[in-house]
Amino acid sequence: MNYTSFNKNEEFFVDMQRCIGCKACELACAECETNGQESMIHVNYTDRAATVQTTVQVCMHCDDPVCANVCPADAISKDEFGIVHTANTERCIGCSNCVMACPFGVPKKEENYDLMMKCTMCYDRTSVGKKPMCATVCPSGALFYGTKDEIQEMRPNSTPVNTFFFGKEVVNTKVNIMMPKGSTELIIY
Amino acid sequence: MKNRTYNIKALLIATVLSLLMIVLVFYGSRELQNFDAALITYLFGTVFAFFGIVYRYTVWLQRPPTWIYFKRGVCFLFTGKVFSHFWFASKETVSNIVFQKFIYPRGKYRWMAHFMIAVGCTSAFLITIPLTFGWVHFTMAPNSISVYEAHFFGFKLMEFDLDSVMAFMTFHALNWSSYMVIFGAGYYLRRRLTNPGLIATQTFEGDLLPLILLIAISVTGLGLTYSYEFMKGLAFDFLAVLHAVTVILFLIWIPFGKFFHIIQRPAQIAAHIYHRVGKQQGMAVCEHTGEEFATNLHIKDLKMLTKKLGFDFDREDGSSHLDLSPEGKRSRLAQAHLKARQAGGELFG
Repeated sequence: MNYTSFNKNEEFFVDMQRCIGCKACELACAECETNGQESMIHVNYTDRAATVQTTVQVCMHCDDPVCANVCPADAISKDEFGIVHTANTERCIGCSNCVMACPFGVPKKEENYDLMMKCTMCYDRTSVGKKPMCATVCPSGALFYGTKDEIQEMRPNSTPVNTFFFGKEVVNTKVNIMMPKGSTELIIY
Repeated sequence: MKNRTYNIKALLIATVLSLLMIVLVFYGSRELQNFDAALITYLFGTVFAFFGIVYRYTVWLQRPPTWIYFKRGVCFLFTGKVFSHFWFASKETVSNIVFQKFIYPRGKYRWMAHFMIAVGCTSAFLITIPLTFGWVHFTMAPNSISVYEAHFFGFKLMEFDLDSVMAFMTFHALNWSSYMVIFGAGYYLRRRLTNPGLIATQTFEGDLLPLILLIAISVTGLGLTYSYEFMKGLAFDFLAVLHAVTVILFLIWIPFGKFFHIIQRPAQIAAHIYHRVGKQQGMAVCEHTGEEFATNLHIKDLKMLTKKLGFDFDREDGSSHLDLSPEGKRSRLAQAHLKARQAGGELFG
């Protein structure tokens, strides 16, 4: 975190309707060095009994991360680029508070390690100006990492949104979700 | 309310406990009779470290999520089947604190290196702290020139012959600690300098400095033995000062840096007790997947905790977003996204 060349102009854009469930991102995610070769991205069926639609979920890197707030061990931190880092290995006590409190269902508890692990937006890559692994391999455009101009050119009928309503709670994030043009938020409830 | 940069409760507790410790040093060394004045700088360092540790620990415990685990952990330990809980806590202490078994699946060598540092540091603390406080001291046995006696709090603890194996092992105990710390910390230093993931996220003061300090303490400490054993005391004074400086730096760094995890780790046992009791009380079922995903106790506490921290995940019907499992939350988000796309007239924009 001392010497980085994090590209502040590039952002993450997710469009889960484009996810085809190929799981290329899962395999690519395991290449991320900051995860210790564990895959952190989530691909799951939204409602297998009714549809074959899958969804993909990376860490949204919240402005005020619930996971870090509920952590009893001060193990989760957010850096100056807005990246919410995975649990500090020596501090995490494996309580799963973050796993259960994250509104996006992102952190994973590795039972074996008694440790929470999560997506760090491939910090080993993004901190040196590269793109996250998952976004570089996604064949359907569900995951994209680049500038706002690039995504606008590619998806002229969509707008990136990073405000989410979970009941009464409004969550703002670093990562965007692609919504119909003109949208300002995604209301879950 | 005025925003203070210090915590009065923590300040009070840390001051009282530090004073108590000084009183114990005074009486434990039999009114300083057995106190070794050469170790006075170490004493200052240790008292400062103790004050800092207690202060930070008390501030830490006051954080709402930490307090829940502390309160529930202690409460569960002393209610219901107390013996069963104590047996469970003892087993957990041995496997997680003494043997740090959770590190083994992360890597065999990582575990070995960590275990070596842990044993080396713990044994060094157990030896040096009582020596610094004057709680332990050695004397010649009366009417003998070959038998040594060890005293604890002024009471005779044991005796041994000066040329026995016991004497060799005792007088060199800190050397054994040093070798273990050097091997362990050397492994981690190599890992931190070569692993790309760690290089990307580590900081000098947070991750490298602690290892460098551990190695510096051990090498200068060993240097003292090498100096008087093999080099006729060459540079002994210089090494003694250098060793003191590294140790005192280490001591005052404990409350602020990485070493604080030693103090925090027992919280893991509280979390295990919490989940064990929670399981006995019943599991929460995800309304989306229909599967058990956490304990009811955990979800209930989290709802309370998030509210306390200023997050409100309640829905209009009185239920909560936290009633969903992680997979359920991801699916509901995707379904909401689909709905928004459908309302927009195009599935892909």
